Amino acid sequence: MSLKLGVPSKGRLMEKTFSWFEKRGIALSRSGSDREYAGKVEGIDGVSLVLLSAGEIPRELAAGRIHLGVTGIDLVHEKLPRWEQQLEEISQLGFGKADLIIATPACWVDVDTLDDLDAAAAAFRKTHGHRLRIATKYHRLVREFLTDSGVADYTLVDSQGATEGTVMNETAEAIADITSTGETLRANHLKILSDGLILQSQATLWRSRVAKYDAAEKAVLSDLLDRLR
Amino acid sequence: MPNRSQIQARAAMMRVRFEAAGAQVVDTPLLQPAETLLDLYGEDIRARAYVTSDALRGEQMLRPDFTLPVVQMHMSDGAEPARYTYSGEVFRRQEHDPDRANEYIQVGYEVFDRNDPAGADAEVFSLFALQLRGLPLRAATGDIGILTAAVAGLRTTERRKAALMRHLWRPRRFRVLLDRYAGRTPEPELRSDLLNATEPMVFDAPMIGKRRASEIEARIEALREDRETPPISDSELVGLETLLNVRETMPFALEQLRDVAVDLPQITPALDRLEARVAALQARGVDVARLDFEAAYGRTSMEYYDGFVFGFYAEGRPDLPPIATGGRYDALTRQLGNGAEIPAVGGVLRPDLMLEIEEGAQ
Repeated sequence: MSLKLGVPSKGRLMEKTFSWFEKRGIALSRSGSDREYAGKVEGIDGVSLVLLSAGEIPRELAAGRIHLGVTGIDLVHEKLPRWEQQLEEISQLGFGKADLIIATPACWVDVDTLDDLDAAAAAFRKTHGHRLRIATKYHRLVREFLTDSGVADYTLVDSQGATEGTVMNETAEAIADITSTGETLRANHLKILSDGLILQSQATLWRSRVAKYDAAEKAVLSDLLDRLR
Repeated sequence: MPNRSQIQARAAMMRVRFEAAGAQVVDTPLLQPAETLLDLYGEDIRARAYVTSDALRGEQMLRPDFTLPVVQMHMSDGAEPARYTYSGEVFRRQEHDPDRANEYIQVGYEVFDRNDPAGADAEVFSLFALQLRGLPLRAATGDIGILTAAVAGLRTTERRKAALMRHLWRPRRFRVLLDRYAGRTPEPELRSDLLNATEPMVFDAPMIGKRRASEIEARIEALREDRETPPISDSELVGLETLLNVRETMPFALEQLRDVAVDLPQITPALDRLEARVAALQARGVDVARLDFEAAYGRTSMEYYDGFVFGFYAEGRPDLPPIATGGRYDALTRQLGNGAEIPAVGGVLRPDLMLEIEEGAQ
């Protein structure tokens, strides 16, 4: 058997992961055509590459179907409430940096903090007869953050993409999403709450604590980790 | 560990005892419309309840408790006065603690009665104590009504009182608001800029979203009004803080709260109700001289209770959730009653935990 390494299957995240390993003498590549999700590993024996959607890597690690995986801190914390028991963080890779934040329309001049958001939510519910809607795909992280901050009278609405547009379309009053430069937020006339930072994320290499490791896999793992750290 | 049939048998036995006390047996659907629950508890309920859905009825929740559907049932077609008992599964999502059950049986008893609220409080508590007799438990009691009366009677604006009332259930947030209204925290710089601006509504950004300019203006107006409002007085503040720290056996707690009423006379009617409850409990044979009373009890976990609250906890087993909890929820009947309302008090017991404690003792 071989040690299974899960890597995002497309885009910049895949390319940057490949070059991060390359710098450490391990060449990862996609075999065959661009459309084929199979890969190969050169520079170390006993490791096989599994190409997956970044969003599925936390689940595969937690189930022990892969031994190592590269994915964002945001996805791990959102999908695995008990991630510390299931995963070990090996290394932050220095790319894919993004902040999970809460943003409101820039025209809300009376709202700068979570405290303001809470007051605005109370008044909004009275005026409109429904709770203030916050669009996000990070339901668990956002709910826990707002509960801890004592914000009430809001509701989360699911948005799997183009979240910044929901306010203009009036399907939400505020958003919670990841941002790296803030450009998309500005283009959509949104601003970040001054105390609205929920989580700082970046691409990270994780090890599954749940996966089974036989003697050979253990040896490969320790060799691999020596070269990566 | 007790098995399911043992738990079912115990639940049935407990229900029979409540029937003997005059309760009618009721049952409610396992699937509850999510909207009512979300409306009542807010987004937090999603972290605690299992949500499912279909295209026809939309979002449904697996019954997280019985109180809500029983109240709805009573408000739509119940006769007065009424006493109900029930037993069945409730479901709670567990994301952090794998040792906590996500499905368990509750046995409950609810009283809807306009006459003699103190008597009804004492009836529920003493019936629960009877069900739990012999187990090594500690009972805790409190009264949310005293705290709400204290806030409602503060000498300040309605807006401040409404904000405090809204966060009564979130002690940290409540504290922040209280400090601000007492003038103990400085105004944030950005807010000063906004409130001092002659034309705060002149800005670069376009107006987007469903929250209109008039709503932003109204909030700025409210913040300006609040800035002109004098701080909550020291005597009221000290009264509130002393009140929240009262933690004594019932007779002593009552005595201390009577002292607090010198600064906060608005709590006197609530204290009279507490005194009547103490007498009613005593009349039912409860040893009130040894019963704990905490003025802040029930503030964090029991959102719809608004008067008497109680809980029974296993001695020496801090890992276990409460074995029984209950309280008065008059306001909930108002909220769900479409104009109607009725004083109500009740609670639930966990037969599974009772059996577990009995097994542990053997």
